[in-house]
Amino acid sequence: MMSPITIGIIVVVVAIIIYFIAAYNRFVVLKNRIDNAWAQIDVQLKRRFDLIPNLIETVKGYAKHEKKVFTEVTAARTAMMSATTLPEKAKANAQLSSTLKSLFAVAEDYPKLQANQNFMMLQEELSGTESKIAYARQAYNDSVLSNNNGVQMFPGSVVANMFGFKQREFFKTDEVEKAPVKVKFE
Amino acid sequence: MMINGESMNAFDETAINKWKSYLLIFCFSLIIVALGYVFGKIYGGNNPSIIIFFMTIAFIIAVIMALISYFLGDKAALSISGAYEANRRDHAHYINSVEGLAIAAQIPTPKIYVLPDEAINAFATGRNPETASIAVTEGALKKLNRVELEGVIAHEMGHVKNYDMRLMTITVILVGLIALLSDFFLRGMLFGGGDKDREMNPIFLIIGLVLAILAPIIAQLIQLAISRKREYAADATGAVLGRNPEALANALKKIKKDNIETKHASKATAHMYFSNPLKEGFWNNMFSTHPPLDERIRRLEAM
Repeated sequence: MMSPITIGIIVVVVAIIIYFIAAYNRFVVLKNRIDNAWAQIDVQLKRRFDLIPNLIETVKGYAKHEKKVFTEVTAARTAMMSATTLPEKAKANAQLSSTLKSLFAVAEDYPKLQANQNFMMLQEELSGTESKIAYARQAYNDSVLSNNNGVQMFPGSVVANMFGFKQREFFKTDEVEKAPVKVKFE
Repeated sequence: MMINGESMNAFDETAINKWKSYLLIFCFSLIIVALGYVFGKIYGGNNPSIIIFFMTIAFIIAVIMALISYFLGDKAALSISGAYEANRRDHAHYINSVEGLAIAAQIPTPKIYVLPDEAINAFATGRNPETASIAVTEGALKKLNRVELEGVIAHEMGHVKNYDMRLMTITVILVGLIALLSDFFLRGMLFGGGDKDREMNPIFLIIGLVLAILAPIIAQLIQLAISRKREYAADATGAVLGRNPEALANALKKIKKDNIETKHASKATAHMYFSNPLKEGFWNNMFSTHPPLDERIRRLEAM
């Protein structure tokens, strides 16, 4: 026959073990969510990266002498390619968004270009990709926030420390990036 | 509610909803057991085999109904409404919006359909995010601007993410089971089923009658209340995902001004739509699957 104290201790120990398992699994879920959101950001950045040469070709057909804009977009695209760390990518991404914005602004002076089927399609795709990047970033930052809260708050912090779950970096944006490419749609 | 994730997380809403489903099944099970017990007392006296027989039949019918609607419900809903698949040439923005919001919700992209209908409406269907479909009417694609359309899609994505279709399917089945049991009982009374000479306890008889009449109505009202709650929740999740509750509110305002009934929608499928496909009016509001538009707009604008 066990004494009430023994039973009490067993209950507490079991409760703690259950909590540890639950907390551990929660951190695993959050980690996977962050990684998945990051993969999505990468996919969409790549997609935009691939669309740009086509866009430049199309615009060149109507606005050959707007060389400055083409150089800027191409330079931003190259910078994007060489970016590896998160802050670098965030910065290159913002730069690319802002140069694309000026490209579309220039394109507005060319009515024939505006009427080009291929251009309209590219514009739609780029704006779609732009908003997907924003959504992916939003999912990423939301997951990072949940993760960081969990890692910092007691008692989750104990579990996080024990199994090496760390705080993650946010995908920060500056003012340029916050205003997505303004595209005109009729 | 704060939109920036801190105070409400769309992911928590999903977890809460799963618990509510279990609670719901539990409550309905209690009603079903109570019905069974009382009916058994009346018809079976001290011989419970009759009521076990009826319960088993009701249960088997309900399970078959459940399996059919669980596995074929989404396809049936799509084909009844005459939906066709969206294509990238004509619906680029629509498709991009669904893909983007699926990324925001961190679920696979649902199948994307268009409904040939002039009213502004949309619905989501499927057992879980993996098998989900989203459909938007041609009217919505035409009359809503880009941001408003995205708001509507965000709301539908909220349903998908929150497993609302599963919850509503389970609810409809349980309500059906209760209706079935009550029906058995009332028919039994009418046609004096079985042994007339057997002594019936009059108190049980009255309780049985009251239960048989009230249980289906109560079950129906619970179902409608859950449905309305899920609409508010989908509005909230949609706001968290799309970060633009105002767009959703504006879309609802347009629907209010439009006030056209959605074709192919009936009481049976009304709970799936973005806004009540049936015209608002006293009776429809009382027994509505959707909260009043004005209240939804008010809550969205307060976010």
